Amino acid sequence: MDRNEIFERLNGVFRDVFDDSSITVGEDTTAADIDGWDSLMHITLISAVEDEFGVSFNMRDVVKMKNVGDMADLIENEA
Amino acid sequence: MNPALQWPFDAQLILKKRRSLRRELLADGTPRLHKRVAVLGGSTTHDVTATLELFLLDAGIEPEFYESEFGLYYEDAMFGEELETFRPEIVYIHTSLRNIPVFPVPGDSEEAVEEKLRAVYGRFEAMWRRLGERFAAPIIQNNFEMPFYRLLGNRDAWDHRGRVSFVTRLNELFARYARSHTGFYLNDINYLSADYGLSRWSDPLYWHMYKYCLCLDAVPALAYNVANIVKSVYGKKKKALVLDLDNTLWGGVVGDDGVEGIEIGHETSMGQVYSEFQRYVKELAGYGVMLNVDSKNDEANAWAGLQHPEGTLRPEDFIVLKANWEPKDLNFQEIARELNILPESMVFVDDNPAERAIVTGQLPDVAAPALDAPEHYIAAIDKNGYFEVTELSGDDLTRNDMYKANLQRAALEKSFASYTDYLLSLDMRAKIGPFEPVYIPRIAQLTNKSNQFNLTTRRYTESEMRAVAADPQYLTLYGKLTDRFGDNGVITVVLGRLAGETVEIELWLMSCRVLKRNMEHAMLDALAESARRAGAHTLRGYYYKTAKNAMVRDFYRDFGFTLVSRNGEDTVWELDITDYAAKNHVIRLED
Repeated sequence: MDRNEIFERLNGVFRDVFDDSSITVGEDTTAADIDGWDSLMHITLISAVEDEFGVSFNMRDVVKMKNVGDMADLIENEA
Repeated sequence: MNPALQWPFDAQLILKKRRSLRRELLADGTPRLHKRVAVLGGSTTHDVTATLELFLLDAGIEPEFYESEFGLYYEDAMFGEELETFRPEIVYIHTSLRNIPVFPVPGDSEEAVEEKLRAVYGRFEAMWRRLGERFAAPIIQNNFEMPFYRLLGNRDAWDHRGRVSFVTRLNELFARYARSHTGFYLNDINYLSADYGLSRWSDPLYWHMYKYCLCLDAVPALAYNVANIVKSVYGKKKKALVLDLDNTLWGGVVGDDGVEGIEIGHETSMGQVYSEFQRYVKELAGYGVMLNVDSKNDEANAWAGLQHPEGTLRPEDFIVLKANWEPKDLNFQEIARELNILPESMVFVDDNPAERAIVTGQLPDVAAPALDAPEHYIAAIDKNGYFEVTELSGDDLTRNDMYKANLQRAALEKSFASYTDYLLSLDMRAKIGPFEPVYIPRIAQLTNKSNQFNLTTRRYTESEMRAVAADPQYLTLYGKLTDRFGDNGVITVVLGRLAGETVEIELWLMSCRVLKRNMEHAMLDALAESARRAGAHTLRGYYYKTAKNAMVRDFYRDFGFTLVSRNGEDTVWELDITDYAAKNHVIRLED
């Protein structure tokens, strides 16, 4: 899976979770960039990403995650 | 009904798409019951509340939520002022193993453990009692899931110091409270977590990362279970099963294979599976679920199949038996009509996906669980929670008999010259009087279940009903009806509020199984009598139109009331009772 494809699929997950079809995420996207991405929605988001890519993040990874680029790295490593 | 929210649902899909699901549900134009629900959590409740909202919206209930601040369930229940202002109609206490403050330690004597048990339990009981004093709201309380580790291994289950033993004993104390208090319901997360898989349910990541006491994926299952209790409290549970026969209640086609050829009984493993399913269906009937048949068969074959010597279900276990070649949706509607209940309160059980599609295509609000292999039939019905029991009255236990007696009455009706002759022949006896404590659960249940013969459609919980019964401003009347075919139980309720010389009739409802028996005449006589005794001269009745109560639109007019005002389709009526003459001449009153 190349990085573009990961971001393509991440876009789909973000759009579902935040119910906003205009969202496009990139390497540097953070919670501050997306309306409604608070700590509670973060849980839903992580769970939906895990489900989408069939991966399971461990706690340390989730704790260190700073932006969507980090998320894509984890997916690349896990997949 | 939204397909994404029916069991077996895709939990991840619900969590991921909950915003758009919510948007679609709110936009679908369904009229919904508005309810204020307080969620008091001992852990994070965000997604619990969000998914609970979806399941309730799908069931015709629009919740407004109050969520306590993180972990402050106890403080809120005992003292919360904001909760006071919110005036909850349902309180859900979402606690878990993580909220047990002390456990036994190695040096503890049996007495020391007993002491700890009392301390942990006592705090919960004090909270329930306090909530009961503050609000007339049903309480839904989680019991505890089992610990996810066992310090003593298997010994943990029986040694007094074992945590498994400690939690099991706590759960029994919770259950004991539930047995002795009405309006208190356990949300059995001990069962749910076992069913889901305790190790996955208790994944510590979710607690340490997010302060969830269960894994996120299990949240919809939890919320669904809570929603079932709420639905049942407000009368939105199912009442009847409509069953196919061939390959549903037995293996094979009785018309082709003959009675000897169908699979039922302990001769073969397939036969055993169908037997277990028949037993399950019969056990449901024991708790008041009404059984009916909707089968494409010649009637003689259907009867023969149901009389198979190895079968558990017998023709007499069913109320309406439709075995013919009509389309199944027509039979289905006809069954609803004969039972006098709404089609959506019946569940269609058929192994054939095409038949299910026909029925749900014509009747979109009807539930028809997907049945794949017969060994999964029981789970397909059971896990849906269609028949979640929150109140269990004597009526529930004898309902099948009562409905059968009704059909015998219908047969008798045909042989009389006049309707009055027929009514007299029924030898009807009624007991009418002010509410008695023993009937309050049934009375509250009726206010939540009756939709058609219901003038104002006000819903009451048991606790609210108790409060009304104790209020001297209220004239309360219940009616029980017995006839030569059996006891119908409590089937009608009238509530009047005394306002000077007028009695405002706030509630008048009757179960549809006693329609056209003149019971309402007897009730009006009793109401007029008790109103006069209270010094009133006028009865004022209200009709509030709903989607389902058109049958009583002209109720007050038919009784000689005068229309005094109108607001759209809602009407207000008055009757002067100074010269009231009794209307009932066919029912004998018992003291």
